[in-house]
Amino acid sequence: MAAAETSGTPVRKTRVESRRAERAPSGGWRTIAAKELADHIASWRFFVLLLVIGVLSVLPMYFSASDVQGQAAAASGNPLAFLVLFTHGASSFGGVAMITLVTLLVPLVGISFGFDGINSERSQGTLSRLLAQPVHRDDVVNGKFAAGIFVITVMMLMLVLLVTSIGILRLGIIPQAEDLARVGVWFIATVLYASFWLAFALLLSTVIRSAATAALVGFGTWLGVTMVGGFLLPAVASFLFPIDATASISSQFGSAAAQNLLLRLSPAQLYSDILQAVMDPRTKAILISNVGQATASQEQIPNLLSLDQSILLVWPQFVALVALTVLLFAIAYVLFLRQEVRA
Amino acid sequence: MTSSAPASARAPHDPHELEADRPEDGVQPVRPWDVEAAPSSDDKPRRRRRTVAELLADAPEDAVIVTRRLTKKYGEFTAVDSLDLTIRKGEVFGLLGPNGAGKTTTVLMLLGLTEPTRGVVRVMGLDPTREPLTVKRQVGYLPDNVGFYGGMSGRENLRYTARLNGLRRREADARISELLAEVRLEEAADKKAETYSRGMRQRLGIADALVKSPSVLILDEPTIAIDPAGVEELLGLLRRLVREHSLTVLLSSHILGQVQSLCDRVGFYSAGRLVAAGPLDELARGADTSVELEVGVQGSASAIAAVALGIPGVTGVAPHEHDDRIRIVSANHDVSAQLGTALAAADLPIVHLRRRGSDLLELYRRYVPEGIDGRR
Repeated sequence: MAAAETSGTPVRKTRVESRRAERAPSGGWRTIAAKELADHIASWRFFVLLLVIGVLSVLPMYFSASDVQGQAAAASGNPLAFLVLFTHGASSFGGVAMITLVTLLVPLVGISFGFDGINSERSQGTLSRLLAQPVHRDDVVNGKFAAGIFVITVMMLMLVLLVTSIGILRLGIIPQAEDLARVGVWFIATVLYASFWLAFALLLSTVIRSAATAALVGFGTWLGVTMVGGFLLPAVASFLFPIDATASISSQFGSAAAQNLLLRLSPAQLYSDILQAVMDPRTKAILISNVGQATASQEQIPNLLSLDQSILLVWPQFVALVALTVLLFAIAYVLFLRQEVRA
Repeated sequence: MTSSAPASARAPHDPHELEADRPEDGVQPVRPWDVEAAPSSDDKPRRRRRTVAELLADAPEDAVIVTRRLTKKYGEFTAVDSLDLTIRKGEVFGLLGPNGAGKTTTVLMLLGLTEPTRGVVRVMGLDPTREPLTVKRQVGYLPDNVGFYGGMSGRENLRYTARLNGLRRREADARISELLAEVRLEEAADKKAETYSRGMRQRLGIADALVKSPSVLILDEPTIAIDPAGVEELLGLLRRLVREHSLTVLLSSHILGQVQSLCDRVGFYSAGRLVAAGPLDELARGADTSVELEVGVQGSASAIAAVALGIPGVTGVAPHEHDDRIRIVSANHDVSAQLGTALAAADLPIVHLRRRGSDLLELYRRYVPEGIDGRR
């Protein structure tokens, strides 16, 4: 199948063209995506997830709003006071910020909408019936992925609008254009991060025949990446590339760069880098080790970065996150295409 | 078998080993087997691979499903072995064989859902591997163990199929209502599919296969796990639908009776090979002219032998394998009439007389050595 696409001989080319012509009017993935979307929106998991994430985002926002109100004088001088609502962890709420909770829960959303994508079709006995219709196999995966991204986008949009409106009502601060732009970029990054987990869950649903097992593996990985990865990966990094205070500055920088590289293998790290740069315009360097942070801030005058500079700072992280998502999706796609229809 | 470079470069599972002549190809493409067939330096004679055109040469013009040397291997295991099958337009063909004989694998290859390891498949003249969408648009398929989306009603499930086939909403709805009435599911149509019984699901599956108005219908084990009354009902339904929609049908089953009543021709499958195919009575006649009669009489069964052996043509009398009230009378032609008269004259009224070999079970026993439910 795939061979025909890659081959460049004229004979093969006509074949590819005929395949394209065959595919064009069908648009099977759209039909499949529409059905999946209807399933998602009507499902309990959508409702429960929306409720959980909604409550867990509004609460920290509510508490930090009272904090910010108390420092209204200071806040009025700050052109980006609105962002503080998202990033400030109120002491009355255990110092947990809204974006911290969202960071924690977003993978859950992605996994929830993907872990039973393929294997439930198989166990229900609908897969062979579905594939006997005039749709390509890739339409099934594409449709499911598209529906998942769409439902995640809808959910996050509802959330952001809710939190923003509550923030405006509580604080009485009308967000500036740049506030909204930064929240918008954060929103895109969050959907992207959720898509990464969606792709991962779809991969699991392709490989693991039982939906329950796929869910367990998915949530286990999420727990591992967010909890254990938070201290395990830095520990491994500093063990492999120790920063010796007595060594030369250049070798210290080398070790720091190596540590950073290792940490950025984790999608959670990539996402939190993006958060840091986008939601806090004071961030001027994304370097995890103390050496980098210290030198970077020493050299600069304390001022705020503009949005494009902030994005530029974490552009590699954006690209890496997209790449990881595409990679996982591609693996799921290829595996599904090669799988036998029969269980 | 060969040592030339093109042969060794070709992977054993290469699906392109045999492929169709493309009508749009102006020039004849170079095929690996052409290279192989050309005279080479070493003068050992070698078997020339036949081209697709040669393989398909004997297929009749109205053939809807044609397979030639169709082979599917899973690793070392050969699921389907050199299958040659021809099904003509309007025919109902029964594929008969024990579980695991390769029936479902064959069906999946016909639909392009599995790529053949070797061989040619043509469904309505098309290669399902190359043009799966065109084939799947015209072939209705009821899978083995059919399932539906439990959260959707039967009608919604059919609507989804209709949408996937690109039917317009209005005409689809009309057709779906019509089909639901035909399979007698109007009342349950708007209930969730998860509440359906096995027989209802099977009937919904048949409606689902017919939504796209196919010209070919492939039914994989349509009556499995349905109670006898349900089977009767389903078979009646199928018979009616096949007649009304003038369909070409391929039906696979490991249960015998249903195939017998429905099929124009049957094929016996055993361990991936088609061991016999043809109309039922022809198979019965062609296999052997001698007959075996099961005879039971009122009174002592041991009296049968003396009477039967006096009739010309009778070659032997043996006790039944399981039932000691019955004797098996072997003859070189059908002697049931003479036997009946003779037994009546001897004051032994017949209570059981059955000719063996004329029904599917006997044929099945003859052609499929591993037994009725034998697995390999």
